[in-house]
Amino acid sequence: MTRGFWQPHRIGLMLAGLGICVWAAFAMRWDWIPRYAGLGLEGLWRTLWLLTLSIVIGFAAAVPLGLAQAAGPKFLALPAKWFCTVVRGTPLLLQIWLIYFGLGSLFPQFPAIRQSELWPYLRQAWPYALLALSVSYAGYEGEIMRGAFKSVPHGQLEAARAYGLSRWTVLRRIWLPQALARALPTLGGEAILQLKATPLVATITVIEIYAVASRVRQDTFIIYEPLLLLALVYLVIAGLIALGFRWLERRLTPGLG
Amino acid sequence: MAGAESSVTLLSLEPPGWGGNLLRGAMNSIIIALGAFFLGCMIGIGGALGKLSGGPVTRDLLAVYTTVVRAVPELILILLLYYAGTDLLNQVLRAFGYRPVEISGLVAGIGVLGIVQGAYATEVLRGAIQAVPRGQIEAARAYGMTPFQTFRRVTFPAMLPLALPGLSNLWLIATKDTALLAIVGFSELTLETRQAAGSTRAYFTFFLAAGALYLLMTLLSGRLFGVIETRFRRHQVGARA
Repeated sequence: MTRGFWQPHRIGLMLAGLGICVWAAFAMRWDWIPRYAGLGLEGLWRTLWLLTLSIVIGFAAAVPLGLAQAAGPKFLALPAKWFCTVVRGTPLLLQIWLIYFGLGSLFPQFPAIRQSELWPYLRQAWPYALLALSVSYAGYEGEIMRGAFKSVPHGQLEAARAYGLSRWTVLRRIWLPQALARALPTLGGEAILQLKATPLVATITVIEIYAVASRVRQDTFIIYEPLLLLALVYLVIAGLIALGFRWLERRLTPGLG
Repeated sequence: MAGAESSVTLLSLEPPGWGGNLLRGAMNSIIIALGAFFLGCMIGIGGALGKLSGGPVTRDLLAVYTTVVRAVPELILILLLYYAGTDLLNQVLRAFGYRPVEISGLVAGIGVLGIVQGAYATEVLRGAIQAVPRGQIEAARAYGMTPFQTFRRVTFPAMLPLALPGLSNLWLIATKDTALLAIVGFSELTLETRQAAGSTRAYFTFFLAAGALYLLMTLLSGRLFGVIETRFRRHQVGARA
């Protein structure tokens, strides 16, 4: 920040904002919070692990998807490209419902699945939610990783090969780290987009933080307060993600242009 | 699993099939997406100009708007704006002695998604306007054009090709965000699909058909934006540093 942060008009705006907060604290109804605090924390926890796990799984799938499109043979590149196009071209809500209602109605028809060890999990909603979120994240990130892999100068890879590094070592020590460093700013933004996608899983009965707020709304007929608090929670998480990625960028990209 | 033959029957346009409902839903989705995109672009132009040449208070307020909208899930914004917007309008109507009205889902959907799109469009257009060489704007001012003339004749046409990739991305987001209105009960493509799938239990048939419709929309509009972009860029050959 080059100009001073504490300018007179900004202090005025902050006072106005503070005034609105104080008014909201006293004039609006918050008495439901203690009753739903436990459920809310549980929901928050579920949101956070769904977010983290889907990002990890999705990203693990995105690296080969990006690599296949950037340098793979045609029979790998084309399916990868189609996967990304289809995922990015259809709404996530539709994907979630397709996976939950579609697979959910398909699985019970096979006795082998019903008797398997996995069945207790497959009867719950969260595996489908996690699958849908991961697939969606993989689709968007696959496209970004394709660009990132392509943006690494070819000379560097040739030089590494000339030094006698194996293809796997080149990928692990030169290609992937640089592609990652280049994609990091975009990945941070995508992580926030993924956070904003998580409330959709409430529509398939996963009780995360948004679902808890909806329940407060239905139980108490209080409309605005739960939604406002929920918006604040998401703002804070998004801010933390942004800060975390800025820290990562500073650590992982010294001297990269 | 439904066979191919029964899928065709289910998707047929005549009443025993649900194809007509799906297409009606798709039509609603397209109308909302168009309206929201247009409204978003209008807000975006205003927001970008405000951020670039507004006073300090305007700039800070716009920063709050774009930050909050881009950090809070669309679903929550839709619910908040839907309830708050209806409430506010009815209070105003009541204050002036009119009877409260029920806002149609179509108008509310366009309004809410437009406000969301506006925040993203503000950022896209701000970047594009900033990329227009300052000399061109100064030259226009030197010719004696008013700020509005400068914007209409110089800044706007010069920034459009730079903004098009971002805007085409926003349009794709708009088409997909219409699906969120299914949750507030507006019968666009996704909700129609779910109703059709729920009452026939042919989940794969209907969800895949709806997916194909969405994909068709996004692929076609991607092609269209490509054509528009080449058209707007044709004057620019060699002109960009």
